[in-house]
Amino acid sequence: MIGEWLDIGWVDEIPVRGSRTVQVDGGDDIAVFRTGEGKVFALRDRCPHKHGKLSQGIVHGGAVACPLHNWRISLTTGEALGEDKGCTPTVPVKVSGGRVLICRASTLKAAA
Amino acid sequence: MKHEPISRTDGDTRQHLIVIGNGMAGCRAVEELLARDPNRYRVTIFGAEPLVNYNRIMLSPVLAGEKTFDEIVINGLDWYADNGITLLSGDPVIAVDRAARTVTSRSGLTLDYDRLLIATGSDPFIIPVPGKDLGGVISFRDMQDVEHMLAAADRGGSAVVIGGGLLGLEAAHGLSLRGMKVTVLHIMPTLMERQLDEAAGWLLKTALEARGQTILTGADTAEIVGEGRVQAVHLKDGTIIPADLVVMAVGIRPSVALARAAGLDVGRGIKVDDHMVTSDPAVLAVGECVEHDGQVYGLVAPLWDMCRALADELVEAPSGYKPAPTATKLKVAGLDVFSAGDFSGGDGAEDIVLRDASRGIYKRVVVRDDRIVGAVLYGDTADGNWYFDLLKKGESVADIRDALIFGQAFASGGGQADPNAAVAALSDDAEICGCNGVSKGKVLACIDGGAHSLDAVRSGCKASASCGSCTGIVESLLALRLGGEVDAGPKTMCKCTSFGHDDVRREIVAQAMRSIPEVMQKLHWSTPDGCSSCRPALNYYLLCALPGDYKDDQQSRFVNERMHANIQKDGTYSVVPRMWGGLTNPTELRAIADVVEKFNAPMVKVTGGQRLDIFGIKKEDLPAVWADLNAAGMVSGHAYGKSLRTVKTCVGSEWCRFGTQDSTGLGVKIERATWGSWMPHKFKIAVSGCPRNCAEATIKDFGIVCVDSGYELHVGGNGGIKVRATDLLCKVATEAEAMEMCAAFIQLYREEARYLERTAPWIERVGLAYVQSRLLPDAEARAALAGRFWFSQQFCQDDPWAARVAGAEREIHAPMARFQPVEELA
Repeated sequence: MIGEWLDIGWVDEIPVRGSRTVQVDGGDDIAVFRTGEGKVFALRDRCPHKHGKLSQGIVHGGAVACPLHNWRISLTTGEALGEDKGCTPTVPVKVSGGRVLICRASTLKAAA
Repeated sequence: MKHEPISRTDGDTRQHLIVIGNGMAGCRAVEELLARDPNRYRVTIFGAEPLVNYNRIMLSPVLAGEKTFDEIVINGLDWYADNGITLLSGDPVIAVDRAARTVTSRSGLTLDYDRLLIATGSDPFIIPVPGKDLGGVISFRDMQDVEHMLAAADRGGSAVVIGGGLLGLEAAHGLSLRGMKVTVLHIMPTLMERQLDEAAGWLLKTALEARGQTILTGADTAEIVGEGRVQAVHLKDGTIIPADLVVMAVGIRPSVALARAAGLDVGRGIKVDDHMVTSDPAVLAVGECVEHDGQVYGLVAPLWDMCRALADELVEAPSGYKPAPTATKLKVAGLDVFSAGDFSGGDGAEDIVLRDASRGIYKRVVVRDDRIVGAVLYGDTADGNWYFDLLKKGESVADIRDALIFGQAFASGGGQADPNAAVAALSDDAEICGCNGVSKGKVLACIDGGAHSLDAVRSGCKASASCGSCTGIVESLLALRLGGEVDAGPKTMCKCTSFGHDDVRREIVAQAMRSIPEVMQKLHWSTPDGCSSCRPALNYYLLCALPGDYKDDQQSRFVNERMHANIQKDGTYSVVPRMWGGLTNPTELRAIADVVEKFNAPMVKVTGGQRLDIFGIKKEDLPAVWADLNAAGMVSGHAYGKSLRTVKTCVGSEWCRFGTQDSTGLGVKIERATWGSWMPHKFKIAVSGCPRNCAEATIKDFGIVCVDSGYELHVGGNGGIKVRATDLLCKVATEAEAMEMCAAFIQLYREEARYLERTAPWIERVGLAYVQSRLLPDAEARAALAGRFWFSQQFCQDDPWAARVAGAEREIHAPMARFQPVEELA
């Protein structure tokens, strides 16, 4: 039986204002972020601009700055903020009992 | 603060002007009068509030915690004193006897006047529902209301704001920022319907809801209930909303009670003619309390015009007030909105609309007979002034119609968005600062009068001194007028703060701050945890201020400094081991070759700084690569940091037939002494053995050119985007002196340059003479600088690679989990 959610680990494993990745065989990694307020978000680890690894960027407020060209990407919507345009797919995520769960279907899409 | 009346009548035969109202209109009128004739009248101002003259429209930022009361004061006590004005604050006038020409205040003071100016402003409109007098039901009009709200927010709980106009939304925003659960009740179907059309109102509502406020439109309040204090608001549709605080912000009414009791002609407001004179020639009135030609006003722009007309009248040079179209450019809860003219549409009106949902932008320009009659902008209001200018001029826009909606930069041709050109094209009477009513012509006059920085313009003519939304335009005007001569005033660090780099650094040291959150708290950062511009800068400033003591914040480091390698476009990293002074040996070369093969690195490159760069290493493999390089005796080359990069050398006197000194040996010594140091930006050094300068020392941050008699020390070179040859700092005789000067120069740069400022622009900013004055004449000061650098270095020369190899922060190189999709069985 394969569940709807994938358990990827403890929330404490993600640094505050930082990110960890989930390696997806055959596809893009998923970047899992934890904000200063302690909220957890997940995005495809791929900037809509030049495919920079968002997991390596600086997390501030509800956004991450891409390490390649400093595009700011909203963690909630995956949309580029400010003057830039583009969107990276979001992956539904929830925290339950300190465990981080990401949506299996969305993760599968990353592998496709 | 209550002041004793100051009797200055002895021998003062001037006419006495009494002003009732110490608010924006009353004081502005006095300012305008003083500008025309400072000695004509003896002036006394009565104020109901026990405060000096402040900017009422800035109460919202005070509520939101973005400004303090002191920052919104327009005229402090010194202004009254300097201009010989008697201020009677906290003592409202309660009666005017026009026959005797006296006013009487609440404290019983009676004074004679020759001319009386009524500037009583407006009163908040309180909707007549049951419960309106309960405790915890307030308006949003003055500083006392703000204090009530702040006290309520401290207790927490729920707030209901009645009124979805500008004032209500600002109150809601401030209370929400202060942690209250906020519900806005608006009786109309869309927010701010007087300033915004339906589409913009909806965008605003959506944005506010996304920030956690509850917005109920079409909400009609039936009753406010509670025992002594408010507990809930009941709507006519039966909805019950719990509330610990109710703010009524449904509108304002001209404050006319005093004028009416004095027998002046009063309609909706105090009736005035074009010169702001009431039905009694000795009595004038100005501001929100007046009715002119059937109109009453609630915006600041017409108020400034009225004050001009009034002052002209007082000095017997009457000009007359003519109502002009008004524009509203506002920041509502941090969201930019603009409207001007008539945007109700109707016969013959054509709408040009631009929507950009992803950026949250909506623009609508209403055109009739090829002329702009109205405009509504949401999200991007940069072109508001331009549209408003076209609207006021009434010129045909037929020629630029196609590009009109894209804004001035496009419509004026060229397609290149040059903000300076756009500002240059504005007419002299175009309004730049809506908060303080300052035109482009006035800003330019202020600049011509010697204001050569943003700060000087702010204090000179008040443009950009309030909400700051016109700061960009004022900066453009400075650039246009002065070219390169603009004084780099308090350019802020980033959008998170109103402080500049130098202010922040000074305060970090002065207040002995120890962490990024502390800096953000004490310096009123406007964002919860900064941005990718300010966080690395603050981290560096603290690191520099507290060597050995500050705990480096990894999450405030750019990726390269966090991963100790250089990220490449495909997400892999390049690795550059240190080769002291550009020297290497068979063991190192063999280890590098082995790493390249073992980790399948697709490319190895010799760098400009005399190092080998190994490309294509995966983040997961970095610790293993470093382990192998460490084993051969190599450490991090910091090719990735805002730090000492490389010391490039030529072969010098040991091998070269032209060499004058041991440039290689000196280069190695310097690199061993300076590696590992963090800097405002990257820092490159070179040592050339003779003036042929094979190590290219004259385009480095610090360059040494050896000559027969010693060492020429050069600073501030750059071979990057803008090539800059070094300036000669000085010449020294010995290696030891060269080393000390190098350390002292680095430390001066570390302590005084702004983050991400290379030595070249830093020296151009502060001047070579300044740098020399700090390093050359005073040997003790130089030694102290060098000493601080050596002290700091003892905490920096641990190889970060070795730490990672030993297991530190191993998790950041490893994925949290791995997902291997399996085919589901049917």
